[in-house]
Amino acid sequence: MTNDKSNAVEFDADSPILVMERLCKNYELGTVELKVLRDIELTINEGDYVAIMGPSGSGKSTLLNMIGCLDRPTSGDYWLGGQNVSLLDDDELSMIRGARIGFIFQSFNLINQLNVVENIEVPMYYQGYSESESAERAIEIATMVGLEERLGHRPSELSGGQQQRVAIARSLANDPLIILADEPTGNLDSESGSEILKILVDLHERGKTLIVVTHDEGIAENAGRVVEIFDGRIKRQT
Amino acid sequence: MFLFRFKRTAKLGIKSLWMHKLRSTLTALGIIFGVSSVIAMLAIGEGASRAAQEQIARLGSRNIIIKTVPPPEDNDVSGQNESMRVYGLTYLDAERFRNSLPNVEVVVPSRRIIQQAWYRNRKVAIEVIGTVPWYPEISPVRIRSGRFLSSIDMHHKQGVCVIDENVIEELFVFDDPLGQDVKIVGDYYRVVGVVSAAEAVSAANIIDNGAAKGHSQGGANVGNIYIPLTTVRNRFGEISVQYGTSGRSYEKVELQEIIVKVGAIEEVLSTRDTLETILSRFHKKNDYQVVVPLELLKQAKQTQRLFSIVLGSIAAISLLVGGIGIMNIMLATVSERTREIGIRRALGARKRDIIIQFLSETLMLTFLGGILGISLGSLIPFLVTHFGKMPTVITGISLVLAFGISGAVGIIFGIYPAYRAANMDPIESLRHE
Repeated sequence: MTNDKSNAVEFDADSPILVMERLCKNYELGTVELKVLRDIELTINEGDYVAIMGPSGSGKSTLLNMIGCLDRPTSGDYWLGGQNVSLLDDDELSMIRGARIGFIFQSFNLINQLNVVENIEVPMYYQGYSESESAERAIEIATMVGLEERLGHRPSELSGGQQQRVAIARSLANDPLIILADEPTGNLDSESGSEILKILVDLHERGKTLIVVTHDEGIAENAGRVVEIFDGRIKRQT
Repeated sequence: MFLFRFKRTAKLGIKSLWMHKLRSTLTALGIIFGVSSVIAMLAIGEGASRAAQEQIARLGSRNIIIKTVPPPEDNDVSGQNESMRVYGLTYLDAERFRNSLPNVEVVVPSRRIIQQAWYRNRKVAIEVIGTVPWYPEISPVRIRSGRFLSSIDMHHKQGVCVIDENVIEELFVFDDPLGQDVKIVGDYYRVVGVVSAAEAVSAANIIDNGAAKGHSQGGANVGNIYIPLTTVRNRFGEISVQYGTSGRSYEKVELQEIIVKVGAIEEVLSTRDTLETILSRFHKKNDYQVVVPLELLKQAKQTQRLFSIVLGSIAAISLLVGGIGIMNIMLATVSERTREIGIRRALGARKRDIIIQFLSETLMLTFLGGILGISLGSLIPFLVTHFGKMPTVITGISLVLAFGISGAVGIIFGIYPAYRAANMDPIESLRHE
């Protein structure tokens, strides 16, 4: 690994937050090579609200993993905040995930043994926040998403909508460059779903960059941009 | 920063263990028993060895003990012939030692006879030790009151005796023993002194030699009564009657024991060699035995080392089993918490963070187990001493050793599950139900 750490810090505010160039991802299944993503060209600017849509099996999830730095591309380049992610090693990817990306999952993915505040603290823990700092910030964010009455509750004691709000709060913990949501309303009833959507829109209005993978046309309507994936390629983007 | 982080990680580990109390307790039990058995076993081993070493040291490290033993070739015919068996150490032997050994400080010849002593209507089994006034020089007995035997007693074959505290307890309940007369086989002996009780320990006890049994040991004698050697020779004679299963036999033994005290420890072994040469020249029958406490001490230390190794190994195996138990549970925990690992990885945990998390859980478990094990392990020797009347010694080294081993077990058996957790694919783990 040749790139130095200072590279991770400096970031030109005018350049796009996320650039993918000829990005490909292949999986080897035995002797067959499965091309999941083919020549993805994608540019996302700061403050964008992007919906990624496509049928199942189209490569949406893989693209999401790619954007979330959970996986590395087979070929092509992926620049996140001015840094070429495809060159980073596992530890550096972990740090990038923690510092620059906020994850929101369909199934919330909270840690059941931890309460609301502790769940929100998890990403800060790995960024080296002190205990008091992270607790203070966690409470602040939790209040922001309307969880001030539930700070000491475990995920199992919360409704689906509340759990997803904890997840949103957690995604904000390290003030990431992009918030990456995978079907954020998929496991929710319509009422909680629209509540969550409202929070997302609210975040967008505050200048956050949002990338949402969804089937939900409603979300797509809210989003400023829609990227449609089909068969591993970008079929259409606005 | 690191320390601070460490504290938080430790807290996280404890919290996670606390959430699975039963599982953690059961897992820690392996370590608790392992550590406590290491400590208890080493304490019992150490106690036994110290006791043995003390006993031997009591015999005197500068002493050489020569004992009369019945010659082996006579053993099988004993009782069949009515003739007298003459064997054992003689006054002449004592004289030879005094004259021909260069480094000798004192030579103490003794007769030892199992008898009964009477005072008024009380009776007690004792061992009569017919000896010389300088006997205290080779023995740990101390004079409590009165005096020891004197050369005047020796010279005039006086009917005096010195008794030890054990005998006093049995014979003189209320009376002051000094000046009283004790009756042994029809003769009266005036008590002139009281000495501390010598442990009922003789060289024969320690080397546990069957040949020496039956002669110097009468079994349940309570204590010793010291009488001038000349008096004993005069009054008891040298011939004893043995009643065997097939009749009577007579034995003539002059001395049961000669103890030689050497000037310096370095000269003990060379003096022993000279002494054996002298003895072998004048004793055609193998009717003596030379015991060197110094050598016994060395042997005892060696035996102890072996003993400790064996006990320690057994205990270490139980720790190993405990460690395997921990590893098993941790592997189960890791697979149970796959999703949590995936979440943490997605939220920025590096592989090493995951390793630290699971390793610290294991370490916490072994650490707490180690502490409980040390408490339990310190209690067991206490109970053994209290109820089993066995001496035990808990050494600092055994505590450190047990704790160190439990820590090592934690690291060794924690690292693989932690490593496995860290190397899970975050995408796969997130999908894990």
